[in-house]
Amino acid sequence: MPDMVSLSRGNSQQFNTPYSENGGTILAVAGSKFCVIAGDTRKSNAYNNETRYAPKLFRLTDKAVIAVNGFAADGNMFVNKVKQQLEWYRHGHARDMPLYEIARLLQTMLYARRFFPYYVSTILSGIEEDGTGAVYTFDSVGSYERDTCRVAGAAQSFMQPYMDNQVHYRSQRSAHGSSRPTQLPLSNVLSLVMDSFASATERNAEVGDGIEIYVVLAKGSSVQGLEKVPGAQEMTATGDGERVFVVRRNLRKD
Amino acid sequence: MFRNTYDSDNTVFSPQGRLHQVEYALEAVKQGSAAVGLRSKTHSVLLALKRSSGELASYQQKMFRIDDHVGIAIAGLTSDARVLSNFMRQQAMSSKMVFNRPAPVNRLVSAIADKAQVNTQEYGRRPYGVGFLVIGLDQSGPHLYEFSPSGNSYEYYAMSIGARSQSAKTYLEKHYESFVDCSLEELIKHGLHALRETLQQDKELNVNNTSIGILGSGSVHETGVPPSGPFRILEGDPIKPFLDSMVPKDAPPAAPAATTDEDVQMQD
Repeated sequence: MPDMVSLSRGNSQQFNTPYSENGGTILAVAGSKFCVIAGDTRKSNAYNNETRYAPKLFRLTDKAVIAVNGFAADGNMFVNKVKQQLEWYRHGHARDMPLYEIARLLQTMLYARRFFPYYVSTILSGIEEDGTGAVYTFDSVGSYERDTCRVAGAAQSFMQPYMDNQVHYRSQRSAHGSSRPTQLPLSNVLSLVMDSFASATERNAEVGDGIEIYVVLAKGSSVQGLEKVPGAQEMTATGDGERVFVVRRNLRKD
Repeated sequence: MFRNTYDSDNTVFSPQGRLHQVEYALEAVKQGSAAVGLRSKTHSVLLALKRSSGELASYQQKMFRIDDHVGIAIAGLTSDARVLSNFMRQQAMSSKMVFNRPAPVNRLVSAIADKAQVNTQEYGRRPYGVGFLVIGLDQSGPHLYEFSPSGNSYEYYAMSIGARSQSAKTYLEKHYESFVDCSLEELIKHGLHALRETLQQDKELNVNNTSIGILGSGSVHETGVPPSGPFRILEGDPIKPFLDSMVPKDAPPAAPAATTDEDVQMQD
């Protein structure tokens, strides 16, 4: 991202850019009846760590979770404005905004700031109207597409190839006669997510401290093994309809 | 009539010290169909009678959600109500954004009261032609407020506005002391009885013309209400169990076999 502002004054203080890079990484995987979206909780600034716990994932509705990564101030404000738009939608339509509509809304909100962008990579994940899991990825000015599995942020170059390999079996030569499962079950996905963050933490200075994982289950699907995951908390109040769970784990703090 | 010379200008007092335009605005509220509000220790409810212009037409909306913790019922000009409720929604959202907490209900009501007062004092502007019953929930419990186009707002234990609302008020005055400990179902039953008092001779409350707004935890007839009890509007078939709980209008008094002094008499 090039500098937008450069004021050279010959003073010791210079204002080079209105943006900061706060590091961190986010990831989302869509299953057939669920989706998983995760992010580490470290917030850094150059060689300093600002905090070990700064959430980057936010629940928008019972069916949608958004993750924003890049410049934390822009990310937080952007999410607040998105939530306000969802509230206006609720007032006017007496229901929550469906996922694919939220995706298009994010595009228009991001592009509206084309000439002073929100410095964030956004991933939106959740359950569509037909009950399938979905992941939408956005760049900082609103270009978006629907995906099955996507990583964004500091450790993107580490984790995306690993996920491509493990979720889509890319670059794997199939063992003779073996078949591959077409749909990964939830427990497998959670292990993959944990492992990829743990590996990224080892090799990347900006990733670590903790991980926050949101799991959104489609309406009517079983809990799919989440009851065995220690510390899983349900965020949705009622058992009918889609359900949102949060799991938090530590990552290495160095 | 004397008042004709003093009633066209909003900014002119009558010799009796009245602003007739404001009083005419209050008339517009009295012409709207009735709305009733009441509260207990745990819940606030609104009940409204919806009007339709004919058999082919739909019923006019009487309730609006402002936020999870605030809801309103209107009587009067629906178009004015939409403008004011939009303003309340903006205030509620901006308060949440700026201060990271839900807007205090009394502040929301004061905000529209102050806004309405401006229209009673500026030349060329007309007062809003709509009154509200506002229910809210905050740390001190449930609340009920009345807002009127004069710019006045008051808090109430129970209140009604709109056409023939005096009959509902009579019912509420008779029973309000028992409201504080009512369950949600009993509270709604009281509200429906009060609303029924405002009906004309051959009309009755049914699933099409009645609207119920609830703040507080879910009733036994509802499903899927989060524990925080956000404001929701019930219309159509979901309100049938509540309507069925009403005592029929011409039923003889209940047989005194097991009544005690503590029974609340529903029927005169």
